Amino acid sequence: MDTHSSAHAEHSHPTPGLYLKIAVVLFVLTALEVLTFEGGRGGLGPALQPVFEPIVVLILVVFSGAKFILVAMFYMHLKQDGALLSNLFIWPLVIAAGVIAALIVLLSYWRVVGGMPAPELGS
Amino acid sequence: MSHPAAPVIDHHYTTTGIDNKKIALWSLIGSECLFFASLISMYLVYRGRSLVGPLPHSESRCMLHGQMQQCEPIFEIPLVTLGTAVLLFSSFFVVMALYGAQKGKPGMLKLWLSLTVLCGLFFVGMQVYEFNHFFHKGLGYSTNLFGSTFYTLTGFHGTHVTVGVIWLGTLLIRAFRGKIPPEKAINLEIAALYWHFVDVVWIVIFPTVYLLR
Repeated sequence: MDTHSSAHAEHSHPTPGLYLKIAVVLFVLTALEVLTFEGGRGGLGPALQPVFEPIVVLILVVFSGAKFILVAMFYMHLKQDGALLSNLFIWPLVIAAGVIAALIVLLSYWRVVGGMPAPELGS
Repeated sequence: MSHPAAPVIDHHYTTTGIDNKKIALWSLIGSECLFFASLISMYLVYRGRSLVGPLPHSESRCMLHGQMQQCEPIFEIPLVTLGTAVLLFSSFFVVMALYGAQKGKPGMLKLWLSLTVLCGLFFVGMQVYEFNHFFHKGLGYSTNLFGSTFYTLTGFHGTHVTVGVIWLGTLLIRAFRGKIPPEKAINLEIAALYWHFVDVVWIVIFPTVYLLR
């Protein structure tokens, strides 16, 4: 991409209407996250708890991932801006995910496998 | 030979065609990802390993007023949910302010930027209240592993929000003085990018810390 087209792409940002739609979606997803949490702990009634409990983590991961992508793509303009900026964000994110996975494996999994489970009190 | 007066544009384009301030901020954001990844993983690793209370979601024995007592779960989800919603809406407000700045609409810029700063202040206030409340319920920084990791992670994020509020506040003052014309909207765009990053980090922290049981 040459200088002019890149600079042009940098400025063709979304409209206020799209920004508003994304804000509404973000709000709804947050509300659904909290509803899922409440369902998982029995706040929506004991009958629904077995339904929500096994899927709470999955739903929270999916919803927060969706919110993350929406903000990064549209509010941070990664969808419109050049690939260079996306790479500056995505590759550190990949490394960050690796850091989280590595630390959890090192400090949790191997401690248990090595026969030294940490004492637990609760959540 | 005389030339017609060209508008002063506050952009510093590089060979990539992208403003160098923008590249610098995205590089900062990339490095910040690693900071927060370390803190989030520490929180996850030590989750459920506290020997004494208070604990986030369950009752426990904890030291309060010099004696061991039965302590209630410490989190107040409705308050934090409100803070989360306010922070999410502040991201919408700041893109509207940026739109106003880019289109040369000072009224729109000032209105939405003021709302953004107010939302930031509300979030910081919510966090100060929460920390104060937790401290009075017996959760100090070194009370247990939960306290240490929780205060470090959310405090680090709260510091970022505070920096963002100060940054946007200075831009708001400049906006009221008429010093953010469309040619200088890039300065607001950079601050807005930082603000969105703070928002994105909270999108991860909120379910990880407050909703995972």
